[in-house]
Amino acid sequence: MTNNRHEKLGLSDESVLEMYETMLLARKIDERMWLLNRAGKIPFVISCQGQEAAQVGAAFALDRKKDIIAPYYRDMGMVIAFGMTAKDLMLSGFAKAEDPNSGGRQMPGHFGQRKNRILTQSSPVTTQVAHAVGAALAGRMKGENIVALTTFGEGSSNQGDFHESANFAGVHKLPVIFMCENNKYAISVPVKKQLACENVSDRAQGYGMFGKTVDGNDPLAVYEAVKEAADRARKGEGPALIETVSYRLTPHSSDDDDRTYRTREEVEEAKKTDGLITFAAYLKDVGILTDEKEKELNDKIAAIVDEATDYAENAEYAEPESALKYVYEE
Amino acid sequence: MAVISYIDAVTQALKEEMALDENVFILGEDVGVRGGVFRATAGLIEEFGENRVMDTPLTESAIAGVGIGAAMYGMRPVAEMQFADFILPAVNQIISEAAKIRYRSNNDWHVPLTIRAPYGGGVHGALYHSQSVEAIFANVPGLKVVMPSTPYDVKGLLKASIRDNDPVIFLEHKRAYRLIKGEVPEDDYTLPIGKADVKREGDDVTVITYGLAVHFALQAAEKLENEGISTHILDLRTVYPLDKEAIISAAKKTGKVLLVTEDNKEGSVIGEVSAIIAEECLFDLDAPVKRLAGPDIPAMPYAPPMEKFFMINPEKVEKAIRELAEF
Repeated sequence: MTNNRHEKLGLSDESVLEMYETMLLARKIDERMWLLNRAGKIPFVISCQGQEAAQVGAAFALDRKKDIIAPYYRDMGMVIAFGMTAKDLMLSGFAKAEDPNSGGRQMPGHFGQRKNRILTQSSPVTTQVAHAVGAALAGRMKGENIVALTTFGEGSSNQGDFHESANFAGVHKLPVIFMCENNKYAISVPVKKQLACENVSDRAQGYGMFGKTVDGNDPLAVYEAVKEAADRARKGEGPALIETVSYRLTPHSSDDDDRTYRTREEVEEAKKTDGLITFAAYLKDVGILTDEKEKELNDKIAAIVDEATDYAENAEYAEPESALKYVYEE
Repeated sequence: MAVISYIDAVTQALKEEMALDENVFILGEDVGVRGGVFRATAGLIEEFGENRVMDTPLTESAIAGVGIGAAMYGMRPVAEMQFADFILPAVNQIISEAAKIRYRSNNDWHVPLTIRAPYGGGVHGALYHSQSVEAIFANVPGLKVVMPSTPYDVKGLLKASIRDNDPVIFLEHKRAYRLIKGEVPEDDYTLPIGKADVKREGDDVTVITYGLAVHFALQAAEKLENEGISTHILDLRTVYPLDKEAIISAAKKTGKVLLVTEDNKEGSVIGEVSAIIAEECLFDLDAPVKRLAGPDIPAMPYAPPMEKFFMINPEKVEKAIRELAEF
């Protein structure tokens, strides 16, 4: 019998099952988007596949009614956990007017939804990291005791905005969690050509903050690390740098061909530790997930994805002239 | 009405807005204990404390980016860039982020952020403490670029910028800080962003300019009046978006237009002013549009004779107005 790890973390059976369901929903929406892209129905996809465990584990460790996130383009699992729906995501995929992220103005993966406390994102990487620091500062000024969590890839951890933001948060002891989703590739450049240190989290020391590297395929390990960071932040102990190590299972985007820079064997090997598979195995081992329950979940999610796809495909585009709106306050 | 300096008008506007709205706070390098290297924030940390007058590390991109994040969360930050010349590391945050957040989120998020920066030459600041940077931001929809010339305009426009729900780049001419004085009401008032202002009525030649050059034009006009040349002066005040109506009516008024900027000539904001005039009132002109600007060299050199060679001054403006009047 496998050791029950989630109970020790204070997570109920329902919570861990919800974590798994959220991970699975993200995966299935993502897979559908690739099909739609290859069928010529949507122009672009950028994937969460391989990182759902880290994204969902982290989100569950936050107060999702109060805390704020500045995610990056792979964080579908995280934004779903914060309240974005399959329909919202498909509307974004199809660039339709009702897309709550941008009304069809931005490419998919550029998340943002005020009502769910998801800050809006752009394409230049790492800019969102500074925004999380600003939100944390504002939360503290308003006396709201919130935590701001921002994510980025290991490639982004080399950008100036990472350094400037981490240092700023360190100096002012702000309640920010810098979560690096290290998926081992920045498009084609492997982590060895991105970092001279062993772990991204080694850099935490330089900013006077708490740092930790965890298995990004294990949502419970990520939950534990982020929970610890959030508790510290709420107590006024300052920011943290959490590195979640996993593997990008897809090419960088629908316009990339990863066969040009990594072997199929390497990708196949990584699939063996895919968080969706390993977490399902854990849940089965502790008796929470049965084959029957798994089928039920898959059927339910397939129906949600179908419905979202149909809805988004048939939804209206924004009026062309509406491109002129909202440059400034109206 | 009290007569105060241009920089005191900055301080007064900041102080009043901080007292009126607890969401207004200042962040930047040396803004706290030192009160700013030019003393624009002098006395504010004593009055409002270090949480609202925040000394940051040397970190221009984060000053802008943290300001953006705080603004999205509901604050009204006023970020100071110590010199406009040093704003470049923050340009990604300003152009890719602040300017586009309302648009890209389809009006879901917005950024009520003011970024103040001292710009301009004539202070022996050499290449990197003298530049005019407005052209970088003056074709970026989503931004407003305000460049006041008088203490009265500084106070009214800075207060309006802080209250604005979109990002404003507020550029203060550092030579004007202590040189220019004027009457400023002690009570609360704002001036509209995006509106130019006629600083002098005249009939023979129109000068359209902004910032310190407004004063050079006023001095030149005063002198030329003795020669019987009447000069109309329009102060743009906001260089992006431009006040097209005011530009067209000022150009039509005399039919002879001199455009003045301290920036390098090619690609400066007065080129756009010229395009508006060409598009909208070419047949009202009695002479070709004339531009007076800095030469197209990287920036003004340190040595006084070379700095003087670069800078606009009343004599250069006077000569250009006279040439147009005689055309």
